[in-house]
Amino acid sequence: MQVNESILSFVRPDKVTLLIVLQGKWRAGEKLPPVAEVFRQIEQAPATKNVAFECSGLAGWSSVLITFLINIIDYGQQRDVSVDREGLPPGVQGLLKLAYAVPERAGARREKVRTPILEQIGQEVYDFWQGTQEVFAFIGEATVAFGRLLRGQARFRRRDLFVAIQECGIQALPIVSLISLLVGLILAFVGSIQLSMFGAQIYIANLVGIGVFREMGAIMTGVIMAGRTGAAFAAQLGTMQTNEEIDALKTMGIPPMEFLVLPRMIALAVMMPLLCLYADFMGVLGGLIVGVTVLDLNFMAYYNQTTDAIRLNDMWVGLFMSAVFGILIAVTGCLRGLQCERSASAVGKATTSAVVTGIVSIVIATAIITVLCNILGI
Amino acid sequence: MPTNGSKKAHIVVEDLTMAFGDFVLQRDLNFTIYTGDVFVIMGGSGCGKSTLLKHLIGLNNPAKGSIFFNGVDYWRAEPWQRDEITRGFGVLYQSGALWSSMTLAENIALPLEEYTDLSPQDIGEIASLKLALVGLKGFEDYYPAQISGGMMKRAGLARAMAMDPEILFFDEPSAGLDPISSRLLDDLIIQIRDSLGTTIVVVTHELASIYSIGNNSVFLDGTAKTMIASGDPKLLMKECTNPVVHSFLTRGGEFNEKTFESNMC
Repeated sequence: MQVNESILSFVRPDKVTLLIVLQGKWRAGEKLPPVAEVFRQIEQAPATKNVAFECSGLAGWSSVLITFLINIIDYGQQRDVSVDREGLPPGVQGLLKLAYAVPERAGARREKVRTPILEQIGQEVYDFWQGTQEVFAFIGEATVAFGRLLRGQARFRRRDLFVAIQECGIQALPIVSLISLLVGLILAFVGSIQLSMFGAQIYIANLVGIGVFREMGAIMTGVIMAGRTGAAFAAQLGTMQTNEEIDALKTMGIPPMEFLVLPRMIALAVMMPLLCLYADFMGVLGGLIVGVTVLDLNFMAYYNQTTDAIRLNDMWVGLFMSAVFGILIAVTGCLRGLQCERSASAVGKATTSAVVTGIVSIVIATAIITVLCNILGI
Repeated sequence: MPTNGSKKAHIVVEDLTMAFGDFVLQRDLNFTIYTGDVFVIMGGSGCGKSTLLKHLIGLNNPAKGSIFFNGVDYWRAEPWQRDEITRGFGVLYQSGALWSSMTLAENIALPLEEYTDLSPQDIGEIASLKLALVGLKGFEDYYPAQISGGMMKRAGLARAMAMDPEILFFDEPSAGLDPISSRLLDDLIIQIRDSLGTTIVVVTHELASIYSIGNNSVFLDGTAKTMIASGDPKLLMKECTNPVVHSFLTRGGEFNEKTFESNMC
């Protein structure tokens, strides 16, 4: 008789034997009888010493049958009940043999241990300290590499430098244009609401000009480049780490710090001030658009007001900040990339961490520089 | 449907041409893989073995010709039919291709969670079973990055077997394994075929493995851009007169029937 569901029944040919009759289809998707029924049968008759199987009604099986049988076999081993596999189909016997062929390697299975809270805190602090040390070691190594560059001893390909300059210079222009133009527009709009209450619309030019040249141009370029180039550096170096390409460089005696990090760092440090200057002008253009179209200011008046407002020092501060940001972005991007472990998810983590660290360090650096400028009266 | 004695045709390839744009890699491929076969796709490096595998598992679209699975034309079938056929595949990629953000057990559990309504406990038991079958009992909670290359390959096999596939595809199973591990993997492939009746398709150029597991094969030639031999590799070595095939199967004349036989015992 062929049955379509999976049916489990029991026969007791003698006092010590339990004959398990398996019928129907034992496949995933059918409603399978719980293995606990077998355990109950064995517990109810403590004299049971043998378990055997009868499978003439078995119409089909898959892995679920094997896991069912493994449960019975493991249970039998605990209770000293011998399980006779003779009655099973040959394929099932083959798989069971295979499943028990390699004994579990001692110590392979991991116990889940709950670490006490103090230990967790300690571990975090320790990791933080470790991370800080790595950052300083990286900065130190980068400085040494830079020294070698000044002495003309650094080993990297000039072409790599130009590719990096192209990637983080010209190719970043469109996005930098868009964002800084919009930031200029937004600053002008926000300012116009307040200033028009005093009839002082013309001072929009001062607000936008000084704001953009001194801070916003550099910060916005920094944030864009952290998201764009810092992430790219981390992903690139992280993938190279995963593919053992960095190991290959090391074994050829080429320090990755000079070959990979230096060109990227120089490219960003050189291109960031240029991008920043460009962003400054785009920002002022944004303010000008609002001033001329919305506030009905005269074009020349806006222009003259802007040139009067901005001192050369404002521009220098902005450019200095952007050069610092360039180095920070390159350092965080390359550092996270080189710290990357060897897996796809680690590359993702490295990229995220590069962007987060990059932006955080940009903000902290801005704060420090602003306070210093204040003290020095620049 | 063509049959060979009691054997049933499982995969039939008809007039298959593989091309990347205008560049034709292989043309006019015709062969049949029977249920329960261990079918070897062999040939020199770069002749299109792995590309043929990608065509068979539905990743690449043929430029011309058809591939039938149990009589259904894969590339002309309805999307749901194609899904159903694809679900019957298990593929072991060259380096395992395990998802690195998941543990081994989670890797195996993913298709089961997606396609079956088994309880989490049952899925866990099946994942452990598959790992036990490939000799990785107790490694459920390890991440792929924490185990060796050979273990990754075996874990990849466990994942390929997760859904009890009808056809298992192997891309270079012995690449990067030592001779003993590679032999054990071959034994495993045979045991799985014998127990489950799975059809097995292997891309390899490892001679020892070709002779010990293959019972049918196709030989692709990179210069002729088509298949130049097919059949049982052991018979091919003895009987094939084509110098390219002969030289490949004897490792340039160094490997002959005698070494083959002494290898086997």
